[in-house]
Amino acid sequence: MIRSEIIKNLVPVLKDQLVVCNIGLPSQELHMMGDQPSNFYMLGTMGLCSSIGLGLALTQKAKVISIDGDGSILTNLGTLPTIANNVAHNFILLIIDNGSYGSTGDQPTYTGMKTSLAKVAEACGCDNVIECQAEEAVNVMKTAIAGDKMTIIVCKCESGNIPVPVIELDGPVIRHRFMEEVKRKNA
Amino acid sequence: MDINQAILDSLAKNNVEFVTTVPCKQLAGVIEKVENDKRFMHVPSNKEDEGMGLCAGAFMGGKRPCIIMQNTAVGVTVNTLASLTQFYNMPLPMLISYRGELGERVAIQAEMAVHTKALLAQLNIQTYHFHKPEDVTELDAILHHTFMTRKPTAILTDSNFWGGY
Repeated sequence: MIRSEIIKNLVPVLKDQLVVCNIGLPSQELHMMGDQPSNFYMLGTMGLCSSIGLGLALTQKAKVISIDGDGSILTNLGTLPTIANNVAHNFILLIIDNGSYGSTGDQPTYTGMKTSLAKVAEACGCDNVIECQAEEAVNVMKTAIAGDKMTIIVCKCESGNIPVPVIELDGPVIRHRFMEEVKRKNA
Repeated sequence: MDINQAILDSLAKNNVEFVTTVPCKQLAGVIEKVENDKRFMHVPSNKEDEGMGLCAGAFMGGKRPCIIMQNTAVGVTVNTLASLTQFYNMPLPMLISYRGELGERVAIQAEMAVHTKALLAQLNIQTYHFHKPEDVTELDAILHHTFMTRKPTAILTDSNFWGGY
């Protein structure tokens, strides 16, 4: 199973949730298969998906799901200690770990070699780290959404991509419609 | 005048509630005060672009953010400022210690000091330079302007402003 299949399976579970989605193909796949105003698509700044999600989770009440990737977490590895030490129980970080930089042509990352992001997250102090396989993603996410604990999910899957169109929404439009959803959920 | 207290009071007056910091020797006092001031949620960052991500999330969560960092970070955060803060029209006051100016004792600090204003100008970032302690009285208006314009704003604070090294 590849990332786009995980995202496709997750679309019904993510319905009406605040989702911060990683740069490149993950955002394009989510946009194509399950666009909704409560999705914040990162069109730039690789690595900051988890940071944006944490900042959002710490400052309002609704559940926040960041859909990140192994390459992006490696780009901003400092995010894991910050998440561990500033616990937001309304925050779920899903790291789709396909062991490659998917958006740039599937160049391998170190998580497909010797590095375990689940162990890194635990060593950083994250309390509730779950490593799962692609087929388990929906159930693990459902449990995390139903629960009341900050959860870090490292979901292992195969490398590979499908053709997807680019996102043509303007940044302020994405941001505005997302913030309206944040307001609605906190009203 | 207690500059650190004046900075915090201006932030609070402008409803800033979320502050992230990356340390600099010159900022030690203001960072300590932020940590101990209940008006602010203080989330230290490991790197300034990470901090800008946190600030973007906080802004969308309904809390006005501020980042406190050193001018060397202007080099670190060029892409984040353009592709996140500016692209999505988000306000971000950046209180920046301006190392490498007059009185500096560490020669290498001047290497980024000479690029700081040029980089900010290249990014079309509204920039203010505090050189004397009384310049802090402008912070209130600068913060108001930052949130009104929904743009990043650089407030460079040099050694003379902080009372020397």
